[in-house]
Amino acid sequence: MKTKYSLMASAALSALVGTSAFAPAVQADDATFKIGVVTFLSGGASGPFGIPGRNAAEVVIEAINAGTMPAPYDTAGIGGAMIEQVVIDENSKQKVADYQKLVDKDEVDAVVGYASSGSCKAIAPEAEKLKQLTVFAICGTPQIFEEIVTEPEYLFRSMSHATMDNVGAARYVLDTTPELKTIGGINQNYAWGQDSWRDFSETIAALKSSVEVDSEQFPKIFAGQYGSEISALLSAKVDVVHSSFWGGDLEAMIIQGAGRGLFDRSQMVLTSSDTAIPRLGAQIPNGTIIGARGFNGPYAPDTELANWFEQAYFDRFGVAPVSPSYQMAQSIMALKAAADKAQSSDPDAIRAALAGLTFESASGEVSMSLSDGHQAATGIAYGTYEFDASTGKGSVKNVRSYAAGCVNPPVGVTSGEWIKGGFDGATCE
Amino acid sequence: MNIKMDRTETGLLLALPLLILIAFVLPKWVVNYVQVSLGTGLVALGVMIQMRAGLVSFGQGLYFCVGGYAAGMLAKFLGISDLFLLLAAGILAALIVAGIAGFLLRRYREIFFAMLTLAISMILFGLLSSTEELGSTDGFNLPSATYLGWAPEGETGRLTLYTFTALVVVVCAILLNRFLKSPVGYINEAIRENEVRVEYLGTSAHHAVHITYVLAAVVSSIGGVLWALALGHVDPEMTNWTTSGQFVFISILSGTGNIAAPLIGTFLLEILRVYAVEISPNTWQMILGSVMLLTILYLPKGLWSLLTTRKSTKPSDDSADKISVGD
Repeated sequence: MKTKYSLMASAALSALVGTSAFAPAVQADDATFKIGVVTFLSGGASGPFGIPGRNAAEVVIEAINAGTMPAPYDTAGIGGAMIEQVVIDENSKQKVADYQKLVDKDEVDAVVGYASSGSCKAIAPEAEKLKQLTVFAICGTPQIFEEIVTEPEYLFRSMSHATMDNVGAARYVLDTTPELKTIGGINQNYAWGQDSWRDFSETIAALKSSVEVDSEQFPKIFAGQYGSEISALLSAKVDVVHSSFWGGDLEAMIIQGAGRGLFDRSQMVLTSSDTAIPRLGAQIPNGTIIGARGFNGPYAPDTELANWFEQAYFDRFGVAPVSPSYQMAQSIMALKAAADKAQSSDPDAIRAALAGLTFESASGEVSMSLSDGHQAATGIAYGTYEFDASTGKGSVKNVRSYAAGCVNPPVGVTSGEWIKGGFDGATCE
Repeated sequence: MNIKMDRTETGLLLALPLLILIAFVLPKWVVNYVQVSLGTGLVALGVMIQMRAGLVSFGQGLYFCVGGYAAGMLAKFLGISDLFLLLAAGILAALIVAGIAGFLLRRYREIFFAMLTLAISMILFGLLSSTEELGSTDGFNLPSATYLGWAPEGETGRLTLYTFTALVVVVCAILLNRFLKSPVGYINEAIRENEVRVEYLGTSAHHAVHITYVLAAVVSSIGGVLWALALGHVDPEMTNWTTSGQFVFISILSGTGNIAAPLIGTFLLEILRVYAVEISPNTWQMILGSVMLLTILYLPKGLWSLLTTRKSTKPSDDSADKISVGD
């Protein structure tokens, strides 16, 4: 029996020693800047978020290395160093151990990515503990800097949190529907759906207290069938129905809801729906309010950088980039902008330069103005859907933009307090 | 029960200093995987001792989650971060839940047992996913562990937690090994072979199954506490059926022949996954699936059988080598 153990132990040990011997000495080569890209490559979130994110990272990193991006990013590399990327799957049960492996074994200089709020909550304290420059690209929860890491040094988030989506949606609805009396919602019964609905309904309540909530539907995530929820919304006859559905659930709900006339009876507000435009086209009823979680996709500004990104992405993958692509691109551009400012590829120098930086991305100007300069605040736009049968393409019209100060809480105020307190300090034009 | 140690126990005791030593020798990231594997390995152990009685629990994630959330809630709402109190909370919660659920589950076998355990674990998943106070599907974070008022930080904290994890896991494994050699442990094997005869011989199968179920729940819950402290975060995914399925898979892959098998199997599977992701980030599941398939095809009794086949000519003291799931 003793031989059993020694055999097992030596097998395990040799496996480990063998593997660590393969790890190349990265630090010897100063001319590379290693980025760990974490994104969903499998599971339910990979199609709508993960893969478009990975694709965007590829396009941007290659262009940075080749120096083919337009100004202001027309110099090659990160502070002169070429980027090397290590992609890992966010769909893992050992997210923190995987992160530590990126830091410890792959010796990355920066980590970008993460789409799920659950991942971000787990990784946030770890980034600070390991003193690892980390830029969250997507995850929506405002808790990251409001509760979990209140004095960030190493952790950044290069996009606004989800509060903006729903405050913006509520403002758009009130601006375009003056006689609003009742609202309803259909959201997935998990953190994202619950938070989205709370922010939306509380914003409406704070801005126009006469509006009543008539129907709140919380079907299970990935349910796929929304017959009874659609019936409930149809019989409630509310003026506006809010939904933060995404991915396959969103597409199923649009097809089922449109088929049963829900989109005719109520004004639909879909806060995270630009991803459905290239896939559903004419099946999305005209007039639906479409959100893209910022100036992404159809709301991207008409700048050289934005147009380059859309074209480069389309040329390579044959489809237009969607909001998660813009968000991932934005996180890498944040690193590039900070490195350019610091004129260095040293993570500490980049970190110092990124705090409080205002930089340009494919979604317009981003300013890292919240949470000691670690949390971005951007504006948002909403518009109504319009399908053009002659070109076969969907677009948005009646677009209204809201500045960052109008849809994001000011420094030192949490999202919940801000909404409940009637938006103190909001600066809307 | 005698005090004399068998070879498995001696081996485990010898492995303990080795296990602690690797924290100082191997790179940090490997130690991290060893640590999380020790936590999840305990749950696989819980699955394995039930398999000895012919019961496949497809919902062992329930107690993994009960442990993690019990510790997490104690920390979140009462500000307690003492490792021993958190462990006690996890054990107590598992005792209560399993004690009650056991009255129902002990009456079922085979697929009915599997489906019922699955159902109960998914009830908890549904409850936690819709509880906003506990962070819903995002879960919530745990503080760093303290030890009777001592709060080590940074590297010391990491090593202390690792050492305690190794210690607790080895102690649990030794106690479970004792359990398998105890009268109830042998009754379990008899239940697997022929339950009717067990009853005719004058002992209660329900009773034995209940004890085994509660014991499996307690070790799984301990695993959940240790895992959650290592990760610093809990979410309802811990009790999702995919997590539970993974524990069953580990038990099948590593084999039920020895108490150490699920612990080693968990770690090997974890390292395999890490390298599969590194080699092929987009199709890593395919590599993992192929390895699992090949193991089942060529090592139907699990990885542990690699170490025991040489002795196949003489009757083995581990009669459980003959186990296959579902018989």
